[in-house]
Amino acid sequence: MKIKIFYFARLKETLKFSSEDLELPDDLDGLSLLKLKAHLANRSDVWRQMLMGKLKVRGAINHALVDDKALINDGDEVAFFPPVTGG
Amino acid sequence: MAVRIQTEDFNAGLEISQLSAKRRDIGALVSFVGLVRDLNDGDAVSQLTLEHYPGMTEKALEAIVSQAQQRWDIVDALIIHRVGVLQATEQIVLVAVTSAHRGQAFLACEFVMDSLKTEAPFWKKERTAAGERWLEAKASDDEARQRWNPS
Repeated sequence: MKIKIFYFARLKETLKFSSEDLELPDDLDGLSLLKLKAHLANRSDVWRQMLMGKLKVRGAINHALVDDKALINDGDEVAFFPPVTGG
Repeated sequence: MAVRIQTEDFNAGLEISQLSAKRRDIGALVSFVGLVRDLNDGDAVSQLTLEHYPGMTEKALEAIVSQAQQRWDIVDALIIHRVGVLQATEQIVLVAVTSAHRGQAFLACEFVMDSLKTEAPFWKKERTAAGERWLEAKASDDEARQRWNPS
């Protein structure tokens, strides 16, 4: 399946890019946000620190804030970012 | 009901008067304006950069307004939030709510701000003499939002 991922704020600066298109093996049955984080964390220590480190990371699927258990489907827009600080 | 994300400044007085124009059933208009403070955590702040998630930001703010409409008897609501580079003392956000009576408007306005602070995808980076730093989310903001949940 194919998904699009956006990164914001501190994450975007760490990676030096803000989005990517990702093709995932179809046998990832029931891909949760947590599973996706773990998959990305395997890329390098920088990724592991960024997504599974001490600093909190929030996730959204198709523009809705979700928790780690939320399931991702083909074509979804996923985003990772720090806790929000607007207002 | 309107939600606007913009880089340019806004005229709070004009926005507020437009919200109540042509209506005779509004007895209360409550507004909040957030400004860029020149001091944070003991450091002088010269500049603030606001990043957001286009698409999600609008949806999150519209969802907050519609929750406020369901909970309180409000006539209209407006949210304007700026993004981009802002200098100290500039306006960041305007929330305005109209209602027949003040109680509903006060509650709805505070609920919208508390929800915006914890649910709308904006991030602030401030510039101090020591360089730039991303602001950390505050536990007190989460607590402020929590108290609106039914216990």
